[in-house]
Amino acid sequence: MNKIIDKKQLSKDVFQMKIEAPLIASERQAGQFIILQIDEDLGERIPLTIADADEAAGTITIIYQVVGKTTHELSQLEPGKYLPVFAGPLGKPTHIENFGRVVCVGGGIGTAPLHPITQALKNAGNHITTILGARTSELLILTEEMAKLSDSMIICTDNGSAGRKALVTEPLKEICSQDPKPDLVIAIGPPVMMKFCSLTTKPFGVKTLVSLNTIMVDGTGMCGGCRVNVGNEVKFVCVDGPEFDGHLVDFDNMMMRLNSYKEFELHNHNCHLENQMSSLEKKL
Amino acid sequence: MTYIESSTLTAIAKDYLEELKKRNDPLKARDRLKIPLQEMPSQDPHIRAKNLEEVATGYTEEQAILEAMRCLQCPKEMCVHDCPVMVNIPVFLKYIADGDFQSAVDEIKKTSLLPAICGRVCPQEVQCQLNCTVGKSLKDVDQAVSIGRLERFVADWERKQGTVKLPEIKPETGKKVAIVGSGPAGLVVAADVRREGHEVTLFEAFHKLGGVMRYGIPEFRLPNDIVDEEIETLKKIGVKFQTNFVVGRTRKLHDLITKDGYDAVFVGTGAGLPLFMGIEGENLVGVFSANEYLTRANLMRAFEKDKAATPIYSSKRVAVLGGGNVAMDAARMSLRLGAEKVYVVYRRTEVEMPARKEEVQHAKEEGIEFLFLQNAKRILGDEKSRVKAMECLRYELGEPDSSGRRRPVVIPDSEFLLDVDTVIVAIGNGSNPLVSQTTPDLKVNRWGNIIVDDNQKTSMERVFAGGDIVLGAATVILAMGEGRRAAKAINDLLAEDLKKNQS
Repeated sequence: MNKIIDKKQLSKDVFQMKIEAPLIASERQAGQFIILQIDEDLGERIPLTIADADEAAGTITIIYQVVGKTTHELSQLEPGKYLPVFAGPLGKPTHIENFGRVVCVGGGIGTAPLHPITQALKNAGNHITTILGARTSELLILTEEMAKLSDSMIICTDNGSAGRKALVTEPLKEICSQDPKPDLVIAIGPPVMMKFCSLTTKPFGVKTLVSLNTIMVDGTGMCGGCRVNVGNEVKFVCVDGPEFDGHLVDFDNMMMRLNSYKEFELHNHNCHLENQMSSLEKKL
Repeated sequence: MTYIESSTLTAIAKDYLEELKKRNDPLKARDRLKIPLQEMPSQDPHIRAKNLEEVATGYTEEQAILEAMRCLQCPKEMCVHDCPVMVNIPVFLKYIADGDFQSAVDEIKKTSLLPAICGRVCPQEVQCQLNCTVGKSLKDVDQAVSIGRLERFVADWERKQGTVKLPEIKPETGKKVAIVGSGPAGLVVAADVRREGHEVTLFEAFHKLGGVMRYGIPEFRLPNDIVDEEIETLKKIGVKFQTNFVVGRTRKLHDLITKDGYDAVFVGTGAGLPLFMGIEGENLVGVFSANEYLTRANLMRAFEKDKAATPIYSSKRVAVLGGGNVAMDAARMSLRLGAEKVYVVYRRTEVEMPARKEEVQHAKEEGIEFLFLQNAKRILGDEKSRVKAMECLRYELGEPDSSGRRRPVVIPDSEFLLDVDTVIVAIGNGSNPLVSQTTPDLKVNRWGNIIVDDNQKTSMERVFAGGDIVLGAATVILAMGEGRRAAKAINDLLAEDLKKNQS
C-alpha cells in the first residue's frame, strides 16, 4: 500500500502525483519505471515512468496522461488515498557518463521520463541541449524544470502557440547538421515522434536512444507482451529496456502491437462513459 | 476411455465395496489386483468447457477406500523412492483403506506440506506411480494405484472437516531468513525454516501469492482457494509475506544480507522468461506467450470479462504451439474464454508429449484437436497486422536424439495453411534474469540458471536457490524437493551460527 501524498493537474489530461515509496525512492535510477494497480483484485497493471524522486522524503513523482480506464480512475484519486499495488523500480537504468554534447528531445508526456535522465546526464557533466515539443502550449510539461538543467532549450508546438511552429525533428536536424555534431540524442515521446527522431539522426550517424512504453502485464520479464524487434533480435522492454538504440527499433511493429487491445479499450471506455452517464442521471 | 458420469462411478464403487465386505477371509494380492482402478470423477466435458470450475471433482469415500485397497503393501516401496519428497505412501494408503482419513493426511504432512496442491498437479505417472507393483503386475503404468488422487482426497477431506492442523514451531531463535518468490519452492522453504523457530519473510514481485500456482496453472486444474488456504496456514505459523517487492530491483539481493540483517536467503524466482519460436510473424497482433495468455486470464482475472480491467484477446480459432502441461492449460483456457476451435500443434507424436496423460485426455474430451507431427513455419497477418493464418509443415519421426526421443524430421514441400486468428506459444521458459542482472556475484550457467551445489547453495555466501530458476522449467513437486533440501541446508547453517554464538 502506497500513499498518494500530492496531486497536481499539469494540463487537461496530464496529472502529476507524489507517491510515498521510500524503498523505490532510494533505489531508483534514471530511466526506470514502476507498475501500479488501482484495484488489487480486478485492476490492470500499468507501467509509468518515474519522473522524479526525493530520497529524503521517501517519495517518487509520477506523471501520466489520462488515456484509458486505469489512468482515468487514478486521476480521480485524491491525496491521502492508497494505491494497493505499486512495484518498482523496474527496467534497466540509463547508462550515464560524460558523453559530451547531448540533445534531449521530449514530446508531450515523454518529457516526464526524460527529466530524471537529463538530471543525471547534467550531473555527469554533459552539455545539454533540450528540445521540447507538443501539439499546443497547454500540453507542454516540466518546461521550467527542464530549462534549469539545460544549457540551451528549444520549444516547438504544432500550432505555434508556444516557441517555434515546428515538429521537434526540425531543430533536431539543424543541431545534427552543426559542427561539432552532438555525441548523443535521447528522444522520448509518442512512438511516431521517436521513430522520426531516429530517422532524422541516422544519416548523421548520431547515436540515438529511445525509451519505449509498450503493453506490459507483469513488468518482470515473465509475459513477453512487451517484446519488440531491435535489430535482428526480439527484446523485452521490461527487462532488456526500456531504452534501446533508436536506429535499430522496429517502430512500425511496435506501434501495431500497441493497438492490440484497441477494440477492448474502446468498449471499456464506452462502458465507463455509460457508467458516468447513469450516475449523472441518478443525481438528477 | 470415454467420459463416465460421477454418479455411475460412485455407484459401481459402492457395490464393489459391499461385495468385498461380505467376505470373511482377508484379501489376497490376487484379489486386490482384481479391484478395478477407480476413475477420477469429473465435470461433464460439454459443461466444463464453458466454465472455470475444477474439472476433476475428486473421489468419493467409497472410491478412495477401494482404490487404496488396491495397494499390495509390497516391501519394495518403489513409490516412496520415486517421490521427490519421499512421502511414506504405503502407510497413508493403508490408513485410507481402513477409513482413517485423518491419520492418512497426518502421515503425508510429515513430509509434504501441500498435499492438496501436489495431489492435483504432481506428474504421479512418472514419479510415485511409475514403478508401482500393481501397475507392473497388470503390465500397464496407467493401472498403478492412483496415489495422487488419494493424496488429494485426504487433503480435501481434512479441509472439509475444518481440522487442518498447524505444524509445531520451535522456540524463536532470533535468526532471519528471506525467501524470494512465493511459488512452490519458496513456500516449502518458508514452512521448513519457520518450523525451526527462525523468522521468515517471503518476498513476492506480484500482488498475489503462489507464483506459478497463481499466474500459470488455471483454476479449473488448481482452484485459487486451495492455494490461498495453504498460504493461510503459513501465515498462521508466523511467516511474513511482502508482496509487490521485486528483489533485485526494489532491494538488491546482497543488501538483504548486508543491510537488512537476513542470515540467509533462498532464491526461488522460477523460470519466468517465455521462449518464442523465432519464426516470421511471431510479433503480429494475436501471438502470445502462454505465460502472457495465462497470466492475463488467471492472475489478472481477465476471464471475468465484464469485471476485470485487464483485457484478453478475443479469439475464435486458436493454435497452441507445444506439447507440455502449459500448452494444455493455454488451449483449455482459450476454449473457456470463448474460442470456437482450438488446435494443439506438436511436432512429435502423442507418445513423446511431455504433458500429463490426464490433461491430454481432458483436453480431448473438451473438443481440442491435436495436430501431431506438425509445426509452425510462419504466421501470416492481415492488413492490420493481426494474425490471419499459420503456415505449418508436416514431420515424420527419424532417429532418436540426445533426449532419447525420436527426432522429428521435416517432410519437404508439406506446407499447408491453418486458419487461425490467435497463436499461443507454449514451448517453454528460460530463466528470469531479474535477480542475476543485479547480482553479479551470483553464478549462473549459459541458460541463466543459478548454479548450486548438492545442498542448493549458490556461489554467494548464505544464498541458496531452488526450483525452476535452478532446474529450468520443471514441475511443482521437483521445485518442492529442491526447497526441502535448501531448507535443510539453511537450518543446518543457522544451527551452526547459533552454536558459535553460544560458545
